[in-house]
Amino acid sequence: MAAIAAKDEQAAPSGRKGGPLPLLALPLGWMLVFYLIPLALLLVHAFWSVDYLTIDRTFTLENIKAVFTVAPYPAVLIRTLLMAAAVTLTDIAIAFPISWWLAKKVTSHRELLLMLVVFPLWSSYLVRAFAWKTILGTNGILNSFLQTTGITSEPISAFLYSKTGMYITFCHVWLPFMILPLYTILDRLPDTLLEASGDLGGNGWKTFLRVILPLSLPGLLAGSVSVFSLTMGDYITPSLIGGSPGTELIGGIVADQFGVANNWPLGAALILPILAIVIGLLLVANRFGALGRDER
Amino acid sequence: MNIANAIPEPMPAGPKGRKPVWLTVASIITFLFLYLPLVVVVLYSFSATKVNAWPIKGYTLDWYRELFQDEDIWDAVRFSTFIGIVAASIAVVLGTLTAYALDRYRFRGKPLIRFAIGMPIVLPGIVTGVALLAFFTGVLGLNLSRWTIIIGHATFCTVLIVNNVAARLSQLPRSLDEASADLGATPLTTFRRITFPLIRPAIVAGAILAFTLSFDEIVVTFFLTGREKTLPLLIWGRLRRGISPEINAAATVIILVSLVLVLASYWFTRKSETN
Amino acid sequence: MAVAKTQPGGRTAADPPSIELRRVRKSFGDFTAVAGVDLTVGQGEFLTLLGPSGCGKTTTLRMIGGFELPSSGEVLIEGAQMGNLPPYRRPVNTVFQNYALFPHLSVGKNVAYGLEMSGVPRGDRERRVREALDLVRLPNVENRRPSELSGGQQQRVALARALVNHPSVLLLDEPLGALDLKLRKAMQLELKHLNREVGATFVYVTHDQEEALTMSDRIAVMNEGRILQLGAPEEIYERPRSRFVADFIGQTNFIECDVLGPDGRFVACRTAGGETIRAIPAVEAPAGGTITVAVRPEKVSLDAEAPGGLSANWNRLTGTLTEVIYLGTHTQLVVALPGEGQIVVHRQNRMLGETEPSTGQQLTVAFDPASATVLAE
Repeated sequence: MAAIAAKDEQAAPSGRKGGPLPLLALPLGWMLVFYLIPLALLLVHAFWSVDYLTIDRTFTLENIKAVFTVAPYPAVLIRTLLMAAAVTLTDIAIAFPISWWLAKKVTSHRELLLMLVVFPLWSSYLVRAFAWKTILGTNGILNSFLQTTGITSEPISAFLYSKTGMYITFCHVWLPFMILPLYTILDRLPDTLLEASGDLGGNGWKTFLRVILPLSLPGLLAGSVSVFSLTMGDYITPSLIGGSPGTELIGGIVADQFGVANNWPLGAALILPILAIVIGLLLVANRFGALGRDER
Repeated sequence: MNIANAIPEPMPAGPKGRKPVWLTVASIITFLFLYLPLVVVVLYSFSATKVNAWPIKGYTLDWYRELFQDEDIWDAVRFSTFIGIVAASIAVVLGTLTAYALDRYRFRGKPLIRFAIGMPIVLPGIVTGVALLAFFTGVLGLNLSRWTIIIGHATFCTVLIVNNVAARLSQLPRSLDEASADLGATPLTTFRRITFPLIRPAIVAGAILAFTLSFDEIVVTFFLTGREKTLPLLIWGRLRRGISPEINAAATVIILVSLVLVLASYWFTRKSETN
Repeated sequence: MAVAKTQPGGRTAADPPSIELRRVRKSFGDFTAVAGVDLTVGQGEFLTLLGPSGCGKTTTLRMIGGFELPSSGEVLIEGAQMGNLPPYRRPVNTVFQNYALFPHLSVGKNVAYGLEMSGVPRGDRERRVREALDLVRLPNVENRRPSELSGGQQQRVALARALVNHPSVLLLDEPLGALDLKLRKAMQLELKHLNREVGATFVYVTHDQEEALTMSDRIAVMNEGRILQLGAPEEIYERPRSRFVADFIGQTNFIECDVLGPDGRFVACRTAGGETIRAIPAVEAPAGGTITVAVRPEKVSLDAEAPGGLSANWNRLTGTLTEVIYLGTHTQLVVALPGEGQIVVHRQNRMLGETEPSTGQQLTVAFDPASATVLAE
């Protein structure tokens, strides 16, 4: 090694100043070709129209107009928004106590309990959604339970194929997406801060509203964006649990346009409001640091 | 407030000491809400009757016997496994490269790259699904096949690897690379002999999660599948015809497999942190 | 030193210096870490870069090792231009601040890593690894993981891992920082012995002045990206050139006074209290104006105790004793001088029952003009 000669000098690799581009070329190329370009092309579809089975590539705003004027699209859109909002708020309400409990109160088996919360996130979404179909069905467990115990005499059909059924199912399947970010941020809140607020005379509610809630906002927003976005785009739960007229959500309508109805431009136009709302939420969440700040 | 307590007690006096009962009760109810549906599926997979009614009239293993003799199910399992392995492998390559570049280089636009990689999982899956469907069949004129599914899955799995590997890389002191270079190793040798062995458990942990996600995925897959069906698609198709206890049995197996995979991933993460 | 030996074109004479830095600068964005350093290190020398954190010492070391490239200037090792050479092509090895042992490899594999990279056959490798571990007095640990060793042992492994390659230059970046005081003292001596034994040039970075004084052949005191003074430990300690060097290394009295004029090899000046003192100029005698004279507390005696005949032409200052602090080996006396200044005196505690002067009394202190330095500021 000591014998590094002058000739080596010329052969010195110039790669030291080379940036990360050689490494990033493949992943960024992949994301560009298989995500960003398809996404852009999809949006372009919204401004085309369908002529029998072929796509007419002349610019038109008809589809966009249809989304906001032609029945049932505006109603479905509003219903989806309300559903997503209701599910998000409910999950916040359910997630807060358990996240707080896990982060600040549990002293033993914390790791196990955490894993129990996280596991549903990785267990099949389809299985968890159809479990509710088993429970809520006309001849399902809930109804037969109510009848067997004599609480009701007739099966209640309102559970399945209803907005209520979808609402319960959505709240269940997306709950871990709310708990995880919320727990993470609460866990990082120093206990001393909460004690300080107590010492300054803040009672429980005041401490919660003035200290805990503002500080947990990033986690809350991160979870909310996930839950809202997942509800907005879903079509599996509606097909399993919803399904009666007046329960359609936008995801199902979009799926139909790309399936049986075969009207891609309209489907793409219907996706625009979903995208706009989710990206809007992302920008808001990002402002509050919900998406994590980069170190450099 | 308490003057007698000039020197504050360390922890026990803190908020952890007080445990409001309602909080514990609420947490237990939440756990029930999370797990009751899963328990129901598992229980009714042993139900002797075809109808999912309360109470369970008798127990049987027939549905499992039926399940394991169901060739369509096995085909779907094999297909989903293949998709999961290939998609996770592609995601490992893309994700490890990205995480390494993000960790080891200073450059502008890092948040943008993180955002772009995370997009497929942040935006609703249906968007990815229809965008790729339109791209493959409409723009490129390709037929849907297992490869279109794999591309879709690899795209949204990459972020899992990036997150896992980036977290591990950020724990590794940069001086390890420098020490290796100092001892005469070229950058490639340093990666092969030092960096890679140290991030390998994190890669494996991420790969298992990616496989799990791919194996369970349905929203994107629905739009990208050709003639062959993944396991979730097969189950979904049958569910539309009504629930059978055999599906409960299949779901139970899926829950078990997910559990094993998540535990394995967790184990690798722990291993990587204690190294 | 050896600058004169270097001939144009980077070619060198028969015996080039071990390391040569020529006008080396390094900036990170707007921040200048190293602002033009010229330095020549001789073969086998133990040179310490000493300074507070952020002074550029570590960056200088990293430029020798090849972990950073200079923004401008040249680095030569063994007379060869380093240019853009990456670390793995430089004949230097480094002991890192936190050892940077590879956690997934055994101690033996850690030490063998460099040998493996340079293609040393397996048999030789094993022998040399054993020798290196013996050299740092750490036998029979080849099969252990670094995490199973104590901090001091890890330190030795890092040392063995670097030395096993017989580098002509060993770079050490605050290697003893994480050790406790006692272990640090022992390692200081060991490092000095190793330097002699293996004959490699050692470049050592530290912010610990005592460490620097103990081990170095020469010390380069750095601040704000520059070398303020370069010299043997005694030189740095006895003849600090600037207020920064005098203050950073050991404890020093600073006495402001107005120049009266040269007096042989001394400069004479008048203090705020109207007393005339003399001191040796660090660089060249100042013609006039206000100067600062530096004198170490242990060089100052109480006038009554000053050695007889010798002290006839010593500097004398009179003031009020304000503080007496017993410090074990010595007692620290603080004497307030007329005006704003004060002078600290370290009085050796030679025997029990010595009577200490009491605070408040008038006291005259004395010191040899040869031990006082006029700082160049």
